[in-house]
Amino acid sequence: MKIYDGRKIIPGILIAAVIFSFPFWLNFGKAAVPPKPKLPKEVKNCVEPTPFMRTSHMELLNKWRNLVVRENFRIFAAPDGKDYAMSLQNGCLKCHASKAEFCDQCHKYLDVKPYCWDCHLAPKENK
Amino acid sequence: MLDLAFKGSKKYWRWLIFLLAIITVGAACFLLQLREGLKITGMSRDVSWGFYIGQFTFLVGVAASAVMVVLPYYLHNVKEFRRITILGEFLAVASVMMCLLFIVIDLGRPMRLFNVVLHPTPHSILFWDMIVLNGYLFLNIVIGWTVLHAEKKDVPPPKWVKPLIYVSIPWAVSIHTVTAFLYAGLPGRHYWLTAIMAARFLASAFCSGPALLIILCFLVKKYTKFDPGETAIDKLSKIVTYALLISIFFVLLEVFTAFYSQVPGHMHGLEYLFVGLDGHAKLVPFMWLFAALSILAAFLLVNPKTRKNERTLIIACVATFFSMWLEKGIALVVTGFIPNPFEQVTEYMPTVPELLITLGVWATGFFILTVLYKVAISVKEEVEAL
Amino acid sequence: MEKSRRDFLKIGGISALGLTALPAFKVLAGKKQPVYKLSDKALKGKRWAMVVDMKKCWEKQEKGVCKDCFVACHSIHNVPQIDNPKREIKWIWTEPYENAFPNLEYEYTAEVLKDKPFIVLCNHCSKPPCVRVCPTQATFQRKDGIVMMDFHRCIGCRYCMAACPYGSRSFNWGDPRPYIKKENMAFPTRTKGVVEKCNFCAERLAVGLKPACVEACKAKALVFGDLGDPNSEVSKLLKSNYTIRRKNDLGTHPNIYYII
Repeated sequence: MKIYDGRKIIPGILIAAVIFSFPFWLNFGKAAVPPKPKLPKEVKNCVEPTPFMRTSHMELLNKWRNLVVRENFRIFAAPDGKDYAMSLQNGCLKCHASKAEFCDQCHKYLDVKPYCWDCHLAPKENK
Repeated sequence: MLDLAFKGSKKYWRWLIFLLAIITVGAACFLLQLREGLKITGMSRDVSWGFYIGQFTFLVGVAASAVMVVLPYYLHNVKEFRRITILGEFLAVASVMMCLLFIVIDLGRPMRLFNVVLHPTPHSILFWDMIVLNGYLFLNIVIGWTVLHAEKKDVPPPKWVKPLIYVSIPWAVSIHTVTAFLYAGLPGRHYWLTAIMAARFLASAFCSGPALLIILCFLVKKYTKFDPGETAIDKLSKIVTYALLISIFFVLLEVFTAFYSQVPGHMHGLEYLFVGLDGHAKLVPFMWLFAALSILAAFLLVNPKTRKNERTLIIACVATFFSMWLEKGIALVVTGFIPNPFEQVTEYMPTVPELLITLGVWATGFFILTVLYKVAISVKEEVEAL
Repeated sequence: MEKSRRDFLKIGGISALGLTALPAFKVLAGKKQPVYKLSDKALKGKRWAMVVDMKKCWEKQEKGVCKDCFVACHSIHNVPQIDNPKREIKWIWTEPYENAFPNLEYEYTAEVLKDKPFIVLCNHCSKPPCVRVCPTQATFQRKDGIVMMDFHRCIGCRYCMAACPYGSRSFNWGDPRPYIKKENMAFPTRTKGVVEKCNFCAERLAVGLKPACVEACKAKALVFGDLGDPNSEVSKLLKSNYTIRRKNDLGTHPNIYYII
């Protein structure tokens, strides 16, 4: 069997195969460190149950930033009767005091780079 | 039909590679801009729009090339334009593409561009500009491609294009009007706050677009087997003549209103452009060049002898195009910011990376234009060879 | 076939009804819903405004340079200090009389006004052109009149800067962070590519505090209050004093008033 233009097609296929499998080769043999987000010790409850926060915290943050900036609602009265400041810097980070030990854990593992920190200041951590 | 773009002479490929090289340089500078921010440009707190928005404004005008052939052909049955409607439409496509690129590269946060769609805001003129520009792009691609396809197959174009063609005519008016409204509705920017802004945009568009189209027709005639036809070029040159004269007239109207009324705010912008303001005069040479070129073009165009002579007509068209570029692409946008709200003058000059990015966008436009023209002209050559 | 389609529609209809009734059902079932609210301490107003008594400010200035209001504002809001005037960012600053009020200036301007510094900031116009032009509603007007910026949404088109006749807006031409000397951890910074300006201390009003500049002014030259309340200090000051506004003739209805 003869492939027409085989001299072009076969190297082409090879190049495409290398390009597509590149991410695989790049990380080959390296085990990703599983995320270990460190939860605060003293406080047991977050603003919503943990499973919800784990999957949907970004939606909550998105909703809250609109409520705070645009609607001027700044306090979240949780069903359990507690009031929370709807603020990343003055709320969330008060309990989750370490960005490196909490936020970055999963974000690094999943390679997501939320742009929150372009503006919002992360707590200063001693390294 | 797109396959025709892949079969070309050595010259064609060399030209495309040349354009790609410029695009690459521009793209590299744009990456630098993405990383560093717009501080790599010459824009400032006071002159917060510059070369990018100037090019956008000018190129909206160039897109009028389409309507200036479509309108006479479809509404007034000017048969000479049948051969070149496609050239006008494809030039409009390339121009509008450049417009959109210039808006995007001017954004501080281009990744958030879709916020304009996610949060539609009818009270913002920019929202309407997005709609009319994208609409005009869509109309010209669909109309141009469909009509060309029918021509290739030697069948009449499908019936559904006719309404689109009719819509495209007022739509063309809307892109200039809405773009003018971006400027003309702002309190405190005296140079822009003029009711004839939209009319000025239309007039300058109707001369700069067809002027470039005439130049392109001559290039097509020189480098391909397709001849756009002498009568078509003659008709187009008359359109350029009238539009240029009206354009110059409108500028004089602005001068009269400002200087006869003696209202300082209205005079400042023109003073800055033609004589300088508070010792700042960076744009003065450009503005006198604009004046000289537009008057030269007017002379050459009004005189039938020089208008009908190929060489002088080309000079006139280059002069028209370049003078309108000076006025819209440089002077108009910058001068709106001079003097600033505190009546101080901060001048503006683009930086080298800014110019290279601009050049990159122009090269992108010409790349698109070359490919589209290649397809169109290959079809025309094929049809005429039969 | 016919029958099953009818059944399908029936079930669909009932389900849809059920879905719409769900929230009501939840309330009836007694499950407490979360509530978003504003602190009881928050300052509330119908139309926030500021009266700047320039005479008091100048009296203070005669005793020595005073920049208390800028320093307070700029440090609280993490406003970067960029010395290049083409790139600088400012929320509140001074401009000479001739520049702040170019339409009021003439050859025989009174000595008391000539070259005198005027405190300028966002005018929080009642008819703000910046809000009108913003294509994403990143800048918007609150019910209490404050012209706010939503930095999350700003695409950096700078149309608002072209529209503002007061030069109140600054653009982040680059990353502002290297130019912030001491960060206030309770407030965010901005990022490159967005526009910013005075927010009338919306975040402070929400916890019952007056704007930082007002609080910082020892001369009590800055008075903040609600024009919707005829008994507020600003309303009284406006009734009993001759005041001017910047570029009143443009119809933007600024809410910063100056006593001269």
